[in-house]
Amino acid sequence: MVYAIAVFAPLAGALISGLLGKAIGDRASTGASILGMLIAAVCGSYAFFTLVMGGGEPDVVDLSTWIEAGKFHVSWALRYDTLAAAMVAMVTFVSMLIHVYSIGYMAHDKYPRYRFFAYLSLFSFSMLMLVTADNLAQLFFGWEGVGLCSYLLIGYWYDRPAACAAAIKAFVVNRIGDLPFAVGIALIFMTFGSVEFSSIFGNVTKHGADTYHLFGRDLPMLELIGFLLFFGAMGKSAQLGLHVWLPDAMEGPTPVSALIHAATMVTAGVFLMARMSPLMEYAPYALAFVTFIGASTALFAATVGCCQNDIKRVIAYSTCSQLGYMFVAAGVGAYQVSIFHLMTHAFFKALLFLSAGSVIHAMSDEQDMRRMGGLAKLIPVTCTVMWIGNLALAGIPPLAGSYSKDAIISAAYLAHTNIGVYAFVCTILAAFLTAFYSWRLLFMTFHGKPRADQHTLEHVHESPSVMLVPLLLLAVGAIVAGYLLNGWFIGEGQAEFWNHSIFNRPDNTIMEQLEHVPAVVDYAPLVMAILGIALAWVMYIRQPNLPRALAKRFPVIYFFLLNKWYFDELYDRVIVRPYFWLAGFSWRVGDTTIIDGVPNGLAAIAAGGSREAVKIQTGSLAAYAFVMLIGVVVLIGVFMFFR
Amino acid sequence: MTSVSLTHYLIVSAIMLVIGVFGIFLNRKNVIIMLMAIELILLAVNLNLVAFSAALNDLAGQVMAMFVLTVAAAEAAIGLAIVLVYFRNRGSIQVEDVNLMKG
Repeated sequence: MVYAIAVFAPLAGALISGLLGKAIGDRASTGASILGMLIAAVCGSYAFFTLVMGGGEPDVVDLSTWIEAGKFHVSWALRYDTLAAAMVAMVTFVSMLIHVYSIGYMAHDKYPRYRFFAYLSLFSFSMLMLVTADNLAQLFFGWEGVGLCSYLLIGYWYDRPAACAAAIKAFVVNRIGDLPFAVGIALIFMTFGSVEFSSIFGNVTKHGADTYHLFGRDLPMLELIGFLLFFGAMGKSAQLGLHVWLPDAMEGPTPVSALIHAATMVTAGVFLMARMSPLMEYAPYALAFVTFIGASTALFAATVGCCQNDIKRVIAYSTCSQLGYMFVAAGVGAYQVSIFHLMTHAFFKALLFLSAGSVIHAMSDEQDMRRMGGLAKLIPVTCTVMWIGNLALAGIPPLAGSYSKDAIISAAYLAHTNIGVYAFVCTILAAFLTAFYSWRLLFMTFHGKPRADQHTLEHVHESPSVMLVPLLLLAVGAIVAGYLLNGWFIGEGQAEFWNHSIFNRPDNTIMEQLEHVPAVVDYAPLVMAILGIALAWVMYIRQPNLPRALAKRFPVIYFFLLNKWYFDELYDRVIVRPYFWLAGFSWRVGDTTIIDGVPNGLAAIAAGGSREAVKIQTGSLAAYAFVMLIGVVVLIGVFMFFR
Repeated sequence: MTSVSLTHYLIVSAIMLVIGVFGIFLNRKNVIIMLMAIELILLAVNLNLVAFSAALNDLAGQVMAMFVLTVAAAEAAIGLAIVLVYFRNRGSIQVEDVNLMKG
């Protein structure tokens, strides 16, 4: 019951502020929305702690029947197990903090705020539906719901063309991922005869040898499903290839970036991998692919992050990179670690985005780091929490990131496969780059000489406490989450903690091996992080002219990274422009010429024909009478002759 | 003196029919004459019916003739009414003036 309240309170808040917003005003609708989130956060945390501290049993809360069509049965149900409850607790808590933060951030916005809060609460509800789903159909409902809210919130400032374009881009790229996901669900129904998790997971081994006949080849069914599900996850979680929407999504308000594009929605793909672990475990090639894409994304996004100048884009690429880390963990079979990193990442990445928002707020909506610098003394609290966030992100002990990220790197090492080695190399390099771009961001923003103009600097002010309190709470989370949750999520008691909500194949012992990692591997990420920080210090504090000199010296590399490996340009040439051409062609030839042409031509023929036909009708009564008589004679004649 | 046989009746009837038909399409002037020609055709039919009825000793033909008379009366009434109204509106019932019904 408490659990259901946690899921539906945000919906109530969204409905009140969305439908009645105009009538009850901004203050009341903001209050309703935040109250809903507050209730959800309390209930969500309570449900989680009763489950893991004892006293609660894993359960399925059946709400009602959704679809009943022959053998296809889908019900609205909330799955209450450790994985879902942990996600609910995290989502409601972070979302609640971000709701509160938004009061301050959106205070000067020119639009009425109820729309913003309605979308934000609706998003939280969709995300909760996604993580508590007991079947794939409901999961897909939540999946599309968060996609829709993401679209609405990216395009929140709808009078900015860039925001509208980014919203459409995010929507379209997500649809590209959703298609394989939907096909995967269909294949699951074909194989298992159900989309309920319990009947899927219970029968995976029975269908191990199933094949699917496609293009004259027999493909192993479970592998195929694994690949298709992961393509869906790639779209939602902005993995290499389908990542292009995430940096553009920063056009939305900063709390949106923090909630949707850092803490919750983009991690849905990782959640999907963990949720479907009983199936993924029997799809080793799909898992290898997951590892490959995850590792490549981690490294790719980290390299791009090093050359971006927009403060939010740096963090966006950082998110992309960290999601790659999570997929590496999932790919090598350590789903627990991936969820652990998901949790800690939610804290410190939300913190980073919100403090970036605080910086932007202080700098009168300036986002370019080249026009910042020396803000540490002017906004000390923001500076401190951002330092904490970056320390956690870089994995400096004992902050949150150090536990989860090191575990991922160790897991990649322990996989002892070729792809695992590749993932290990990528993630360790990415760890170096992560530290580098994080401190590049810190140094460019808060330290060194101020580069902003006098007018902006005079207006720099610390954010109001309604924004600072969530920041501080998240900072506490970023500091202690790793230490507190470590034992539960990946420590000795993890099997008991997860209580079968995540499945590892009997021969998959990676979780046990995590306890015994060689010291070199254990300390490597830390060393890399410190090296990265040192390099950033040299380049941006010690020798501030060095980056420019390097960029001049190696323009090819610099522009390659600055332009994000030319992914957008590539897609523009290969997909977008041919597509536009095709669309224009079908419009001009298919639509205007053929589809419009055929009926128009027929109508013209009919009109012309009747214009000729009316000439027969002379209006002369005598002629009519004559024709009538002749007609009678002819008829009788025919009758006589052919009787 | 030869008696009047069925053949004579039929000849008279055929002549009436042909006069009626020619009356319709040789007449270029007057609508009323056209109506009269139609009446003539109907009477030719009636004559046929009655003649056959007498010759074959079957009353059905005469009953049929009564029906035709009734219909002819109704037709004449409606036709004359139309002609009357038409004259009121257009001031002429010349056949060549009745040419509004054309495309």
